[in-house]
Amino acid sequence: MKKDEDFDSNLAGGEDENNLTGEAKERWFRRLRKGILTSTADKKETPEGLWSKCPECNYICTTTELKENLFVCPKCNYHHRIGSEDYFEIIFDNKDFTVHYDNIRSKDFLGFTDLKPYQKRLDEIHAKTDLKDSMRVASGNVHGQGLVVAAMDFEFIGGSLGSVMGEKFSRAVDYCIEHKLPYLVISKSGGARMMESAFSLMQLAKTSGKLSQLSDAGLPFISLLTDPTFGGISASFGMLGDLNIAEPGALIGFAGPRVIKETIKKDLPPGFQRSEFLLDHGFLDFIVDRKVLRDKLAQIITLFKG
Amino acid sequence: MPQYPNRQFLDFEQPIKTLYEEIDKLKQTSEKSKIDMSDSIQKLEDAIVDKRRDITASLTPWQRVQLSRHPDRPYTLKYIGKMTNEFMELHGDRNFKDDKAMVGGFAKLDGETIMFIGQQKGINTKMRQQRNFGMANPEGYRKALRLMKLAEKFNKPIVTLIDTPGAYPGLEAEERGQGEAIARNIYEMVRLKVPVICVIIGEGASGGALGIGVGDKVLMMENAWYTVISPENCSTILWRSWDKKEVAAEQMKLTARDMKGFGLIDEIVPEPIGGAHWDYDESANNLKNSILNALREIRNTDPHKRVEERIEKFSKMGFWEEE
Ligand SMILES: [Zn+2]
Repeated sequence: MKKDEDFDSNLAGGEDENNLTGEAKERWFRRLRKGILTSTADKKETPEGLWSKCPECNYICTTTELKENLFVCPKCNYHHRIGSEDYFEIIFDNKDFTVHYDNIRSKDFLGFTDLKPYQKRLDEIHAKTDLKDSMRVASGNVHGQGLVVAAMDFEFIGGSLGSVMGEKFSRAVDYCIEHKLPYLVISKSGGARMMESAFSLMQLAKTSGKLSQLSDAGLPFISLLTDPTFGGISASFGMLGDLNIAEPGALIGFAGPRVIKETIKKDLPPGFQRSEFLLDHGFLDFIVDRKVLRDKLAQIITLFKG
Repeated sequence: MPQYPNRQFLDFEQPIKTLYEEIDKLKQTSEKSKIDMSDSIQKLEDAIVDKRRDITASLTPWQRVQLSRHPDRPYTLKYIGKMTNEFMELHGDRNFKDDKAMVGGFAKLDGETIMFIGQQKGINTKMRQQRNFGMANPEGYRKALRLMKLAEKFNKPIVTLIDTPGAYPGLEAEERGQGEAIARNIYEMVRLKVPVICVIIGEGASGGALGIGVGDKVLMMENAWYTVISPENCSTILWRSWDKKEVAAEQMKLTARDMKGFGLIDEIVPEPIGGAHWDYDESANNLKNSILNALREIRNTDPHKRVEERIEKFSKMGFWEEE
């Protein structure tokens, strides 16, 4: 059984990591750098390297084996959470791609302080990871056809939508229009970045406005939803794809499960807010296995072109 | 507005209640003793106005949040009733049902047909439930979109009045695509060819507010608030505790003045001294004037250019640094 994620703690910027011991922390960061962040997965370090236990079926394999399998459990097909770099490598021909707009960084404009100042939060994560923010944009080819991909990194404050994501998203749209390329956005986010207050909310309107321009240019927008995608993402571009597709078993919704449970004071039915549930209710075009994602994308691009 | 003793008082309005009680006592004494006490009563009534002014002068962000939720505060239908003639309410999303938390319809504002849309809260316990506390379901957003498209078809301006603690976070709301409904509205509002004016009249929380909040001009009532999440929920998530809501309200810079300062809204609509609940006529009149002014500014723009400018307006929002 997969545990329901605690999006709140993710959005709060992974405060939990501070409760880890020094050694555990070190391991955690090494995992981050490896690009495998599955907070639900049990991982142990041994002389042979990192071992990974599937949170769904408890199958244990080496992370090398897991990576070769695109971070999908060889036994039960559980899709581990991966970051932008992994997706770029999976999608683009020969793992060859150009990263754009990596010079844009978040800053604390409001002087926002919760349990720690927003700027400190940003500085810490900048020091720990190579990431500048929760979204990265890259262009390259898929089966020889051009594609622009914007992918989220959940480890950066829960993949939260702030000004930088809004701006990168927008510039990526401009790039698509300029070079007549289709646009794929891979979502993985707890929602809006609260430390940017109303500025984060306005990114919903900003990105929708850019999608309107992309649409007028007759270029396809593909929205790939992965585990988890919530709040401001599903209430804006996440649900606005010409095609909305999702990885299997991903949790996707507007309100998080905890909030819904508290509101209706009932347990949620099994499978609620999973990809399969969304497909059933008519909000997805199809579910795509990570192992065929690349081929499917190439097929989509061909279909739109032909 | 309700008159004392039916008026309700927030914690920081208690001194006003005390003054009303003193007036009551004087009136009773005056009646019994047949002594004219109108001078003393007048003094107390002046003191009430002074107190209202004092309170307004030093409101904290959290107190404004409280004012925005004042049980006597005028809601969408009250404003429409006071500002317009011939309001014809239109119901339903033509798909699932009529969401009572979202209202809308044509009305005449200064002789011109306008489409009004807004979240509606209830004025008593029963109505509050019926209106779902102003928290719309997907069908509410889809009804709003239907009415906006209707207005566009007949080339009528759209005015939205926003007052919601958020879109409803329910199980069925998820089944029917709450996220998709809001996303669709935001996207379609960006593209509307007719003038769109949005006013946050009370609570402006999250995507639930923005779902009817994309316009050429965005206004805020003086004591309204507008941000990405309610202070309570922000407190729960970021401070891991319900009782940091006051701090959250401060940190989020959610007041009309903050929002104007950031350039995220265009204008502040003044409220009567002490808040909109003190004088419905004055509140509605101020709102009407602001809406008419805003309409005048954008009315003659070419529709194509209007959409471009709307996209540009929101494109500029955000802060970042480039290395
Ligand atoms: Zn497995």
